[in-house]
Order: sequence, then C-alpha cells, then structure tokens
Amino acid sequence: MKSGTDYERIGLRVGFEIHQELDTHKLFCRCPSRLRDEVPDLQVRRKLRPTQSELGEVDRAALAEAIKGKAFSYQVYFDSVCLVELDEEPPHPVNEEALDVALQVALLLNAKPVDEVHVMRKTVIDGSNTCGFQRTMLVATDGSLEVNGRRINIPTICLEEDAARKVGENAEVVHYRLDRLGIPLIEIATGPDFSDPETPAKAALYLGQLLRATGKVKRGIGTIRQDINISVAQGARQEIKGVQELGLISTVIEREVQRQLALLEIRDELRRRGAGPVEKNLIDATEIFSKTSSRVIQKALASGGLVLALKLAKFAGLLGREIQPGRRFGTELSDRAKIYGGVGGLFHTDELPGYGITAEEVDRLRQRLGAGEMDAVVLVADVKERATAALEAVLQRANEALVGVPEETRRALEDGNTEFMRPLPGASRMYPETDIPPIPITAARIRRIRSRLPETPEKICARLVESYHLSQELAERLSLSENLKIFEELVASTGADPTLIAATLEGTIISLRREGVKVELITSEVLRDLFSSVAKGDLAKAMEDLSRAVSLEPGAAYTYVLRGDLYWEMGDLESARRDYAKALELSPEYHEALKRKRRLEDKGTGHDRKA
Amino acid sequence: MVMPGYRGRIERILKRASVKVGDKVKVESRGRTYVGVLMPRTDLGDPNHLVLKLSSGYNVGVRVEAATKVTLLESGELPRLTLPRPEIVQDPNKPLVTIVGTGGTIASRVDYRTGAVYPSFTAEDICSAVPEIAEIANIRVVEACNVFSEHMTPDLWVKIARVVAREINAGAAGVVVAHGTDTMGYTSAALSFMLRGLFRPVVLVGSQRSSDRPSSDAALNLISAVAVAARSDIAEVTVVMHGTTDDDFCLIHRGTKVRKCHTSRRDAFQSINEVPLGMVRNAQIKMFRDDYQRASQGGRVRVQGKMERRVSLVKVTPGLPSNVIRDIISSGGKGIVLEGTGLGHAPESLFDGLALAQRRRIPVVMTSQCLWGRVDMNVYSTGRDLLRLGVIPAEDMLPEVAWVKLMWVLGRTRDPERVAKLMLQNVAGEITPRTRPDVFLRPIFEAK
Ligand SMILES: [Zn+2]
Repeated sequence: MKSGTDYERIGLRVGFEIHQELDTHKLFCRCPSRLRDEVPDLQVRRKLRPTQSELGEVDRAALAEAIKGKAFSYQVYFDSVCLVELDEEPPHPVNEEALDVALQVALLLNAKPVDEVHVMRKTVIDGSNTCGFQRTMLVATDGSLEVNGRRINIPTICLEEDAARKVGENAEVVHYRLDRLGIPLIEIATGPDFSDPETPAKAALYLGQLLRATGKVKRGIGTIRQDINISVAQGARQEIKGVQELGLISTVIEREVQRQLALLEIRDELRRRGAGPVEKNLIDATEIFSKTSSRVIQKALASGGLVLALKLAKFAGLLGREIQPGRRFGTELSDRAKIYGGVGGLFHTDELPGYGITAEEVDRLRQRLGAGEMDAVVLVADVKERATAALEAVLQRANEALVGVPEETRRALEDGNTEFMRPLPGASRMYPETDIPPIPITAARIRRIRSRLPETPEKICARLVESYHLSQELAERLSLSENLKIFEELVASTGADPTLIAATLEGTIISLRREGVKVELITSEVLRDLFSSVAKGDLAKAMEDLSRAVSLEPGAAYTYVLRGDLYWEMGDLESARRDYAKALELSPEYHEALKRKRRLEDKGTGHDRKA
Repeated sequence: MVMPGYRGRIERILKRASVKVGDKVKVESRGRTYVGVLMPRTDLGDPNHLVLKLSSGYNVGVRVEAATKVTLLESGELPRLTLPRPEIVQDPNKPLVTIVGTGGTIASRVDYRTGAVYPSFTAEDICSAVPEIAEIANIRVVEACNVFSEHMTPDLWVKIARVVAREINAGAAGVVVAHGTDTMGYTSAALSFMLRGLFRPVVLVGSQRSSDRPSSDAALNLISAVAVAARSDIAEVTVVMHGTTDDDFCLIHRGTKVRKCHTSRRDAFQSINEVPLGMVRNAQIKMFRDDYQRASQGGRVRVQGKMERRVSLVKVTPGLPSNVIRDIISSGGKGIVLEGTGLGHAPESLFDGLALAQRRRIPVVMTSQCLWGRVDMNVYSTGRDLLRLGVIPAEDMLPEVAWVKLMWVLGRTRDPERVAKLMLQNVAGEITPRTRPDVFLRPIFEAK
C-alpha cells in the first residue's frame, strides 16, 4: 500500500498476540525444551477425530472430514520426548517456574492475575498437538502498556504449550516433530488499539524486551512469533499467524489492508453487475479435454481423474484482479480448493487460454456451461471426490465475495502476503483440561514475585542515562536491545568509556552484521579484550584481536572503518579521518567508509557519529 | 440441581443474586470485573471460588469474599451435552452386534462434580460418535450397568454375563462389552468361566484415552471389536485393544491370558505367555493361531454364575508371616491364591498358616509374581514342601485369573480334591499347554 493511505479514514484496527517460548523445561512434563535435528528414534502414526466442546455441538461435517482425513506421523527422540508428548501419559502438574514467569510478565504489564488458573483444552485437529487440543490457561487480565504516548490495552496474558513442528507432508500423512510440543509459551494479546501499520512493530519490540528482562525466554528465530488481527471498516477480522520477524509486521498490515480494500471493490463491482449467489452446478467437462495438451489435465485423466467445472456468473475479469502483489482473487479460490479438496490447483477463464489449454477448448467449455462474456469458469482436474470438494469450496468462497471479506485465519508468507489457513474459530472449541485441578494463585505468591520484578525498559533507560551518561537516544536503544547485559559487564570489567562501548555494540557491530561479517564470532571475551586494550590506549592490539576473532585479514578495509569508529568515539578525529581514507584507498566504493568520511567532514568537530 | 458444586457462603451469594449455573453474570471482586457464564464447580477444588467461562472460552476461578458482587446479566441454560441420536438403519444383510455398556472410559465425559473424566455417555452416544461401526453390523445397544471399572464387582460380572447370554441366545452374531480398562482383564476372565456353551464371539473393549478427546483410542478399538464380534469365528471371550502406540491395528487377546501392563499407554493390554489370537486392521481380521473355539450358528449359552466371594489373592513377600493366612481363615476365607516368588515359592514363615489351611480343607493355589512363565514346585525343596502342604500349582495361569477361577470353582464344589482337579483342568484357555519361545517381553519401542 502506498504511504499515502489514510488509515484513519479506512477504519484500520490492528491488535496482535505475541507468543514467546520460555527457556524452562516443558509445561506439562519434565522433558527439556530442546529442538532436535538428528534422525528421529521413532515415528508414531495417529489419527484424530473431532469431539464436543463443553458448550458446543458436535460438528458432523468436521467428523466426516476427519474420518477420511490425513494421518499424522510423529517423530520422537527417546531422550527428550516422553509419553506425555506422545499422549500416552496424562499431563504432569503445570511447570511452576513457567507459571511464575507468566505472572511476572503480567505484573510488569500492570495486569491483574486471576485468583485461580484453569487449564483449558483448545481443540486443534490439524495434528500439531498429539492429543487433538492445545492446553492453555488464562493467567491475568486487564494490563496495559504505553507506546508513542498512547495507551495500548493488554486484555489477556496466557500460558500455553507450543505445538509440534511440521516437518513434511504428502497426500496421506502430515509429519510432525515432537521436540517443540509442550514448550511453554507466554501469549500476550493486545486490544485492537492500533490504527496504523507502524506502531504495532514498536509495541512488539517493547514486549519482546520486557519478556527478555525476565531472563527466562528463548532467543533466536521462531522462539517469538506474532499473530496479527487486522480489520478495516466494512471488512472483517483476520487472524494472521506466524509472523516471525518484527520487520515484517508493518508490511503484513499494509498488504492485508490492500487485500481487504480490493475484496470490497470486487464486492461492489459484483453488486453493480447484479451478481447473485453462485449456482451449485458442477459440470463434468472431461470430454472437452480428452485430447488436451495441458500436462496437468493429462496427468489427472491418466490416473483416473476427471475435469470438473463450475460457472461463476458475472465474475469475468475479477478472478484475475490483483488483491496483493502477485496474488489475485483467483489465488483465494485456489487456496480454498487446495485445503478443502486436496487438489494441486485450479484453472480459471481469466488466465485462459494458457497452460496448454487452447482457445478452442475454452470456447467449448464456455458453451458447455452456458457461460457468457461476463461469466467466469473455474475448472479442476483430479479424482472425482477431490475435485468435487475443491469446487464446493470455490463456490463457497465466491459466494462470500458477494458479502465482502470473510473472517479467516491466514498464514503469513515470507514476502508479507498471506494465504488462507482455516475459517476463524469461535470460543466454543475450549473445554476444561480435566487431568489438572485448578491452581489457586495465592497472595503470598504474588508478593514473592512482585518483590523480585526485573526492571522495565523505561526504568533501564533512565538508569543508563543516569549512571552512564548515555544520550537519551542511545540509552533507549540499548534498553530494548539484547546487548544490555554485555554492555554492563563490559563497562564494569574494562573501564572503557560507556558511550564508546554502547555505540560499538549498537552501531558498529550492527552495521558489521548488515555487511555480512560474522559478528557472532565477536564473543564477550573478544569484546572484553578489545575494550581493555582501548581503555589502555592500545588500539593497535585491539584491532588485531578483533580481526583475528572474525577471521578477517588484518589489512581488510573494514578493519580501518572499525578502528576509525573507535578513534572517532574517543575524540581523535584526525586518526579517524586517516583510517576512513585508508579504507577507501583499499576499496574505493566502500559505502560504510564513504558515509563516515562525509559525516565527519560535515561535522568537522563533535563527538557523535551515530546514524 | 440448580447450583452444582457450590456450597456455603458462595451458594448464599449466588442465591441472593438469583444466579444459577449457566447464567451470564458480572462478578466484581477486589478491583476486578469479570463477565462470563457461571460454570459448575468441582467439589474437590477450593470451595471459595466460583468458575466463569469468559467470552474468549477460557474458564477462570474467582475468589469470593464478603465484598464480592455478583450481578445477573442474562439467564441461561445449564450447558448440556447433546449428540444427535444415531439413525440406526437395519440392513438385513448385516449381522447383528449388541454393544453392552458397563461404564468406564470408552463412554466418558467431563464430570462437574469431580472436574474429572466420568462415565456419562450412553452406549448409543458411542454409536453416534463412531458411525463406522454401523457399516460393519446392525448395532443394538443395551446397558448392563454404569460404573467405573475400578468399582466393578463379581455381582456385576454375573449381571453382564446374563445380558451377554440373553443377547446371543436371542440371535446376536456377537456381543461387544464396553468396559473400563482397569479391571477389564478380571471381567474377561470371569465371563470366560461363566459363559458355558459359548458359540458366538464376546469381545471386551475399552479405551486408554477417554472418548472426550480427539486423540482417543476408543474409535479404533470399538471398530475393531465390532468387527471381531460380527465377522470372526472365535467362540470365546476376547479383549480387543490397540496393538501398538500407533492408531494402526488392534490385537485380539484371549480373555484369560490378557493383562493390563501399563497405567496409561494405548497398547497397555498384552497377552501373557502366549501370542494373541489375531489382529484387526481396517476392520479386517487376521488370525495368528488356530487353537481356538470355533463359532457356530446354533447353540445355547448358559451362565454358571455362582461365585464364592470369600477368596483372597495374597502376594508373597520375603518373611511374610503365617498370621496373614490365619487372619483370612478366621475371617471366613474359603480359598486363597498365592502370588508366589519365582517358580512358585513362599517362605518357611508362611508354612504354619498353610498347614492350618490344609487342616481346614481350604484350597491354596500357587501362581507366580513373575507373571511370565510356569510355576514348578518340584525343582527346589521349598516347592516340594509346599506341595506336601496341599498347595495347588496353577501352571502358567495369571494370578488374577487363578483368583477368579477359584471363586468360580468353589461355586461348583467344596471338595478339595475336586477343586484341585478343576483348577488344573483347562476350562477357558487359561492354561497354556506349551510355552512358545517368542512370547516373552519384546522391546516396546522398536528403534529404527
Ligand atoms: Zn515429555
């Protein structure tokens, strides 16, 4: 979406849930929370059948679906997965350490812990939980935080178990690895209080740091995940799952706004055309394609399949309409066909002739279905059962387009687009976990946790300014950074200038990472040596240590940039200028060196080199 | 019951606010406000909390104090679980299978009184939840009793046996008994001895994961059990349960040779000292053996249900004193099964008590706590001493099967010699004449 979008006007409402894995043993057994890459010791095959929730009615369709549905294969490691994950032993009592961390986070967010925690079962029958439900518990309600001077509500803080990792899938079986199943997750949900695409990422960053302050959370890709709820006026709430990078949040929001606006335009266009509900009339068009040169259709027919077609009256041109970059309305239909029919994909007349389907075949198809110029035709080639289910799903989605935007759970893709996962579930899929009695949260427990609360990022920031005389901006950055702990250690152990250390950690090293330097090789020992040498004024040795640590040649251009940075921080502008010049001599186009040289020239004097 | 689970002050507060379970309420307590549906409270939890189901679906317990304010927002119905009744269509080409309900985990549901899983589904509910069984057979459903497996009694065995016999004599092709797993092995042994002239399959089935969860093993077990009842030619009492931890196949165990060997796994039931009779995969039966009683079309089942209740099963421990036996005898015991050590031994300290039993003509039967293998009391002198004290060696009979059998035998005769003869006569496959080399414990998980 272009930056000019008036989000206020379109009524954007965004909220999100952040899921953070805890670094404790698992939530309902004593297995370690450890991910595995080796060949599993055992694979166990299971099936799931839906059941009734405490308040709900049994879903007959879901039952039928499950009976013919896929089997699940679970990968097991004897030394880190036990009978609890395999659903062969009842859950053990809740991991008290994990519950303490959740309560700690609740207090940090000014939320109110519940008097008594009830473990619930949230029905999930995609196989990602061996028992067919995810165990989850509401720990606190009614918290808040402030972002950009605005109060954001935190209605709920929950503690739940992570699901198994999906590691593969074929037509019959979905493969899951049980190493992740049962790892404790804290879920923090915000209200739908954001009305622009940018602030949610800031709030997520803040919450991430708050969680890290407990010292009990896991780090790295996949250990913190965001689900985003987005709607626009006249649109519908979408739950977008599995955004793993903060950087992607604003893109996902922009793209979803774009999608909902496009779907509303399609609805308006359909209304203008006078489109009515799509007729459920699936036509066998196999005969038209008996001599087709489309590989996909040939293959389907050869293995006993057929070509089934459905007319979407007055949809011509709309299936090809782009709703997100690279995704068309036809893609939405195709997503549904894949999920409900298990088919590989579909064809529609907005993209035909093409894919080996000739103009003549399209004409005959249109004739056969009585499709006029304003109508579209969708076709699927597969065995009858799958093709029928696929087109029934297409029909439903097309009818939803007449109403507007359907409420859905969607999966975030790497580029910020989203694809359909399932309809948005209601509250009825929760029922009590009868294997675990309710857990009272005593006043004494809350007192104990409150007395040991870690610092919030605001307090850390104030302290950094106060005790280390960092600039407000640097202190703010450091207070939200993973480098905070090492910063304090380095200040204490080396005696080097705190601003120099902070700027190196938050500036130089981060820009090195962007350049592709393996900064993880710069361990805390390397940094300690580096700043000890700096404190003693021995920059040559400092450089040598650092170069060796990152296995770079001593003469590489970047080492001069690094040393230049250090000189600049220490106020020796002349030496800094000389080092940047040296770097440019070795590598004339070197952007980082050019940038610094220019900034140094602009400034002439001064101490601050930050971007 | 308007206020399930709520008592005392909390009940008074709810009454004053005219609130009952199922109503939508607002609860204000110590600066917090919750809005939700009032749920029943378990008796076992802290009595000063009420349970609300919030609109998010979460349950939460709210501590009720003197200042807690409860306001009725909207009257509601007590949440009730209703499954659509199965439309049982009779197909004249399909055999009739009767499912006998007894309670237990194959038919269970959340119970608000205890907050735990409790039997409350009727057997009909199972049919509705597992429609596949209707493809195998015409299903008839009767209830013999409704108790947890651990509350099963010899009286109830007789009741179940009578229902099973009635159904078979009335033309059922086979009978499935849905039973809790804890004591299923005892009931299967009891039915094996009681049902005389059995000419159709009788299959006990249960589940280790309750039927209120999507991962329950109940469906596969039930489908397999109905298949055995409808399609097999086994005129014996069998137990059909998961064969492995996978949802793949079930094993058919002989009712007198099967034992629950694990507290929680799906494949907890194992045949001891013999291979299972066969297996069921996708409702198709594959037999492993041919030494079983063949079913026939006609016949008449009788129930020999007279049981002597005063029989004890005693586990032999080192230094076990004789007064254990004396106490049993003095309190009216009529028979004793010992679960001896090793080949069937007991310490000298027990000999006086055993001599007393012999004098009082009270039969004492020896089994082994090893479970696997056969007792042999001729190898060591202790064994020979025990034989001299009249102890009856029960071959490779499982201790609890020997206990059930002795109750049944003492229902026929009190004469020690006849008791000994009957105990050693293979009535229902409880004694394996020869032990195959491949029937001992195998690795539960086969490492790939
Ligand atoms: Zn475990």
